Amino acid sequence: MVGKRKTKSLSKSKSKSKSKSKPKSRAKPSAPSRLTLILVATRKGAWIYRSDRARETWRADGPHFLGQIIHHLVMDRRSGTLLAAAKTGHLGPTIFRSTDLGKSWEEAARPPAFAKVAEGLKGRSVNHTFWLTPAHENEPGVWYAGTSPQGLFRSEDDGVNWTPFSIVNDDPVYRGWMGSEQDGTPDGPKLHSVTIDPRDPKHLYFAMSGGGVHESRDGGASFFPLVEGLEVVEGFDAANVTFHDPHCVRLCPSNPDRLYQQNHCGIYRLDRPGIRWKRIGRAMPRAVGDIGFPMVVHPRDDDRAWVLPMDGQTVWPRTAVDGKPAVYATADGGKSWSRQDRGMPRRDAWWTVKRQAMSADAHDPVGLYFGTTSGELWASRNEGRAWRAIARHLPEIYAVETAEIG
Amino acid sequence: MNVLIASPLRSYTGASMVAADGATVGAVLADLDRRYPGIRFRMVDEQDRIRRHVRLFVNGAPTFDLSAPLSPADEICIVQALSGG
Repeated sequence: MVGKRKTKSLSKSKSKSKSKSKPKSRAKPSAPSRLTLILVATRKGAWIYRSDRARETWRADGPHFLGQIIHHLVMDRRSGTLLAAAKTGHLGPTIFRSTDLGKSWEEAARPPAFAKVAEGLKGRSVNHTFWLTPAHENEPGVWYAGTSPQGLFRSEDDGVNWTPFSIVNDDPVYRGWMGSEQDGTPDGPKLHSVTIDPRDPKHLYFAMSGGGVHESRDGGASFFPLVEGLEVVEGFDAANVTFHDPHCVRLCPSNPDRLYQQNHCGIYRLDRPGIRWKRIGRAMPRAVGDIGFPMVVHPRDDDRAWVLPMDGQTVWPRTAVDGKPAVYATADGGKSWSRQDRGMPRRDAWWTVKRQAMSADAHDPVGLYFGTTSGELWASRNEGRAWRAIARHLPEIYAVETAEIG
Repeated sequence: MNVLIASPLRSYTGASMVAADGATVGAVLADLDRRYPGIRFRMVDEQDRIRRHVRLFVNGAPTFDLSAPLSPADEICIVQALSGG
């Protein structure tokens, strides 16, 4: 069933009681001795980039799965297991897993798949797994997956066997909010941004490219929408969950009561236990706007976040605004934004960066990374103040994640 | 019976021609999955529909019916249909 809204905070504090809600282990910067990995998923395979200790030079390991469509490549920092969401143009979707940093891979025994329906009914089939998230620290071996068409799945054996999770996949209300397969992105509607509260494994969020943001406080037994304050395309009713199009939702590791969101209709922040999103993108320069796909948060400062704006006018080009790419950073929770484009092309760069294709590491200063659909991988090792391309001529980049080893 | 395996699936079988048993097309695919775990789901979805870009031929004739009967002398070809660049 679709759950009733509960407004109880998970901490005894008000919405922003940092000292009580911050898990200390997550607030520490990574040790300088740790090596950073950039996990790059593309339309034609996957690459793993390994840094030196200064994050100055990068060595490419790949391609893995050349020719396969890799939507997400993620490392579980609890175990070091890598999971890759794969399909090909011909074959159905699957999950590959590696426990030796990609030296060898084995296929999931039971990839995410919807329940089979009775004869005569039209059941859904997973076209691809789009999103992978390791579960809570206290649930080793547990992962969540979001699929296209929208479905939520869980594995309890480190990605070997997957089963439908929660009420979401078959609940008639949720199915209504999901719309049809024609209501999604050009590559199909996505369930994404599966997020676990680091204080409570039963407190979950997910988002749907068509169908809003949703929250569960009971381990998925029930979910309820979290769309108040979010705007929708002009002429549609914001009270109808199906019209909401979140592009990327991120929870602040340093303050799990704070969420940021890049939406089809702006940039937002939500401070729990509040339930109303605030459009912080209003503070972006008017000429740039607040449309884009990825959203990245600082690992230790909940006032700091980054977006990569794209042109959302007229026919929605979804390219760098005016061909002049830039990251925009906030250091005050979205009250103001500053442009970060040092090192990027000054003009004629019509980049598109997808919702999973921008990420941060946990070093001090934080490293930022993004990949373009034109196959360029860009990095900053000083929190966005300067950028440089560390790889070019890759296939269309779908996702960029970071991991650490050593 | 002999089953010709399309190149995208040879990472499972390691060969272009393999043997499999079954009285129907679906039974042969199930036998293939026993021999080469995971191969069936790449060809047939969870609703038992043959995937959009996979084609099955029995003795040169296309089939879309997993319940189609087979005899031991039949030959099955699994091929990839065009799916874009």
